[in-house]
Amino acid sequence: MTAVPIGWFLILGSLLFSIGALGVLIRRNVIIIFMSIELMLNAVNFVFVAFARQLHSLDGQVMVFFVMTVAAAEAAVGLAIIISVFRNRETVNADEFNLLRW
Amino acid sequence: MNTGVFVLLATLLVVAALGVVLARSPIRSALSLVVALFFLAVFFLLLDAQLIAALQVIVYAGAIMVLFLFVIMLLNLQEHPAEMARAGLRFLAGTLASLFLLATIYFTNRSGISNAQGMGAIPDGFDSTAQIAERLFTQHLFAFELTSLLLLVAIISAVVLAKKKLA
Repeated sequence: MTAVPIGWFLILGSLLFSIGALGVLIRRNVIIIFMSIELMLNAVNFVFVAFARQLHSLDGQVMVFFVMTVAAAEAAVGLAIIISVFRNRETVNADEFNLLRW
Repeated sequence: MNTGVFVLLATLLVVAALGVVLARSPIRSALSLVVALFFLAVFFLLLDAQLIAALQVIVYAGAIMVLFLFVIMLLNLQEHPAEMARAGLRFLAGTLASLFLLATIYFTNRSGISNAQGMGAIPDGFDSTAQIAERLFTQHLFAFELTSLLLLVAIISAVVLAKKKLA
């Protein structure tokens, strides 16, 4: 039995999401930007689980399962891209990534 | 879960999340993220989502974060002096994030959902893995199969992208 109303969970979830978005905006290291994106995904997962609990529906938890799989695939591909860019450019600074500019 | 436990866990979680964004060195960022993911797993346990909590620790804190740490160490990333965005941009980003947060709080309040008194008791079998598995393999079977295809594509592309140039 949970005494805390769902509104608190929603606000905590959006707080985490804003922190993640802030990280994406203010950091230049692509790996940290990437970790901030993971944080945002987790904030959404958190809200999914809270709603699943509130509405007594397991579909929310199934959705979290899929989000986790997509996040794992995304992390693998994203880190591979970062490694291959680093090999060419010797940097992980997002401001110096101009491979697609010309 | 009573209010005190929620506030304590939420504070620790937010501190860890801020650590991810504000830590100067990438390794500290990654370790903060591991801590944040663990606190999220605790929240999942308290929300009667045992399977999700276990997956969170095994898949996220275990597999994905090890991958991150591995790449950080492989590339030998150090603290970088000019790593944060310019002050003006930082201010703008902070304003945007705060606006988003305020908007969410406003709409959560307006919808009246936060006035609900707690979450009530769970129905029978809500916290059982068997029920989730049943849904996964009946209602969401197609999405489940697509997920396996996605993982296969991800494996192949990660290998192709990260291997050395042939020519």
